[in-house]
Amino acid sequence: MNWTLLLPEIVLGVSGLIAIVAGVIPKRDTTFPVALGVLGAMLLAAVLVIGQGEGTAMGGQYAADAFTRFAKLLVLLGAAGGLVLSLDWNEKEGLSRFEFPVLILFATLGMMVLVSANDLMSLYLGLELMSLALYVMAAFNRDDGRSAEAGLKYFVLGALASGLLLYGASLIYGFSGTTNFDRIADAVDSSAGNLGVVVGLVFVIAGLAFKISAVPFHMWTPDVYEGAPTPVTGFFAAAPKVAGLLLLARVLQGPFAALAPAWQQVIVLASLGSMLLGAFAAIGQTNIKRLMAYSSIGHVGYALMGLAVGSDAGMRGLLLYIAIYLFMNLGAFAVLVAMRRGGRALEGVDDLAGLGRTDPGMALAMAVFMFSMAGIPPLAGFFGKLYVFLAAVQGGYWTLAVVGVLASVVSAYYYLRIIKVMYFDDSAGAMDPRPAGLSVVLAGSGLFTALFFLFPAPILAAAQAAVAALMG
Amino acid sequence: MTEPLLAEYFPILVFLGIAAAIAIAMVGGSVLAAHQKPDSEKLSAYECGFEPFDDTRRRFDVRFYLVAILFIIFDLEVAFLFPWAVTLGQIGWLGFASMMGFLGVLTVGFIYEWRKGALDWE
Amino acid sequence: MIAALAFYFFAAILIASAVMVVTSRNPVHSVLFLILCFFNASALFLIAGAEFLAMILVIVYVGAVAVLFLFVVMMLDIDFARLREGFQRYAPVGAAVGGVLFLELLMVLGTWRFADDAASLRINPTTPGGISNTAAIGRILYTDYIYLFQASGAVLLVAMLGAIVLTLRDRPGTKRQSVAVQVARDPKLVETRAVALGAGLDTIGIRRPLPPPEPPKKVEHAADHAADHGGHH
Repeated sequence: MNWTLLLPEIVLGVSGLIAIVAGVIPKRDTTFPVALGVLGAMLLAAVLVIGQGEGTAMGGQYAADAFTRFAKLLVLLGAAGGLVLSLDWNEKEGLSRFEFPVLILFATLGMMVLVSANDLMSLYLGLELMSLALYVMAAFNRDDGRSAEAGLKYFVLGALASGLLLYGASLIYGFSGTTNFDRIADAVDSSAGNLGVVVGLVFVIAGLAFKISAVPFHMWTPDVYEGAPTPVTGFFAAAPKVAGLLLLARVLQGPFAALAPAWQQVIVLASLGSMLLGAFAAIGQTNIKRLMAYSSIGHVGYALMGLAVGSDAGMRGLLLYIAIYLFMNLGAFAVLVAMRRGGRALEGVDDLAGLGRTDPGMALAMAVFMFSMAGIPPLAGFFGKLYVFLAAVQGGYWTLAVVGVLASVVSAYYYLRIIKVMYFDDSAGAMDPRPAGLSVVLAGSGLFTALFFLFPAPILAAAQAAVAALMG
Repeated sequence: MTEPLLAEYFPILVFLGIAAAIAIAMVGGSVLAAHQKPDSEKLSAYECGFEPFDDTRRRFDVRFYLVAILFIIFDLEVAFLFPWAVTLGQIGWLGFASMMGFLGVLTVGFIYEWRKGALDWE
Repeated sequence: MIAALAFYFFAAILIASAVMVVTSRNPVHSVLFLILCFFNASALFLIAGAEFLAMILVIVYVGAVAVLFLFVVMMLDIDFARLREGFQRYAPVGAAVGGVLFLELLMVLGTWRFADDAASLRINPTTPGGISNTAAIGRILYTDYIYLFQASGAVLLVAMLGAIVLTLRDRPGTKRQSVAVQVARDPKLVETRAVALGAGLDTIGIRRPLPPPEPPKKVEHAADHAADHGGHH
């Protein structure tokens, strides 16, 4: 059984239970203490993940290695960031309920189960645990029509995606005779080219593509990102996307490595479509949450490029891109959450006007994130793109690399427009003072994004180790 | 075939057959034998002697839904209990502890429901 | 022979009622046909030897899920005539998508290979050694699959949490019984008096905060008027 390997998940799950009881028993509002407790549990889980051993547990349903460690640390970071973003926002919007941190915690637990899955069944259960919590979070502002719509849309399409994934999983099980990844790998090796497994795999990819909002399964993203409360959107764009992308990488490079020629075509198409859609559809957006939704679709496209190439270099590019994307995204959403004037939350791109004069610090941070997302050196985003493009060129995927560069140029337009609005448009008045939690997230991710080129070694080394563990 | 298993269920099949036969006989008999002269008054819904004054499709309160979904969750929990109860003698302490953990998780949910007042109607 | 006949009988009803679920005009009828579907599917499971699944289908789907569907249908007040408006227009597209899916399924079926021992397994779908379905599941679900079992517990917990977060509303002004307050009440604050037969509240001197001009009532025990009394009789 090997219980000790599961310690991070057990700790997180038990703290979730304690948080529910501790949150609901007292008569007064317990949101803040519960949130602190959840942050503490995440920190503890992160420490345990760092010290976690390697191997499989629970009869091969759970796996831990350098790759899952990398993934779990990113997920925990994204979740903790999302929670910090939400604290002050929820209070100002009258959403201060202790269930919110608990839901984030269970979503995180789901993601950790997900990235550690070594069996189709644990994959599905992790995915459902994550998704259920996310559906509720999208509709958390239940008295707001848009938020309720976001939750419903996300739920219906997410359930459809889960259905596709289950259908694919049942086909894979039927044709390979097992749900365990290691044994699926053996079955795929021995009967490569079996159409049934390929069709099942395509369904699984479709189901996962829904969750990471890759084209052509992206249609829910703009509406859900716009309707959900802003910190929830920030969380959606960070943690679940990271978990989904890394799981996709793990599934494709693990049990289905022998079918690479089959799935590479699918991923190439998804990558091309996501990059182009992210670049062009965001141009006309006036709502900054919608703009970030299209931008996140584009970033998924770049990340998938690394997976499509499939080489060691490509996988390293993917991991690096995801890590950098997580930081940029958390930072950018910290700015979005801080956009508030006269107590009212703002969502328009125009509302940023004059931020360069009214709040130079936040404007500078936003400028760093936008330049970085556009891929301008020497910021972190540039290196993320550089590594995936290099891998694509080395692997001979010229189309991907060329389209990627073109898409970056086009998307630079709307990133730079935000900077232009902040520094050159007439101010619409000062924003409300920024809560301390947001400043911490802003400063942390801003410094990471700006100074990544000075100290890239630790993350590169971690990504390298993760790739080595994944590719065997 | 699965004869031994199905043989146990044969009485139920017979039972279903008899039930279907009686139902068909009663409805079919009245269709065939009885005089039928429907008019609008005869076909209108009978509501305690009143004129039916409202659409039968009234909207239900969302609270019914909450009760139903909580019922489903506990129903599923009970469904997990059947195989456990059947095999408790063979699965040892691990199996016992496993179910206690599962029930513990749902007890936390139950405490939550209770404190939130989701089980109170008014 | 009987099993084969029963299979075709239940399968025919299953398909017919599935068609009725989609085509019937009244959504409540759709749900009722769905219940019929579930029953027939459960009979099919039974014929295939999956006894446990058959029973669970009846308990969970018929007993709970169908009831939930009914509530939702009643709650939403859907105008099905309006939902169907675009049916003619979208039918060709839908048929095309269905056709593609069907072709894909055929392609998958084309590569179907039967395992060498499939024929013998089909003769005896139950576990060897006379172990029933339920026991066979029980033997592995709680020990070998404990990880997945506990994860499904967490999924159920989140579902419970989500349902309450999204639908439970505090209704201000509703009176709730507080058992703890009632039990912890100081007996000295309560007075029990013997009341003469036929005496009214006015006679025994009990007045409510704002006494309405009410006719004398027959009481057997004096109602208490303690300030901390939470409940109502």
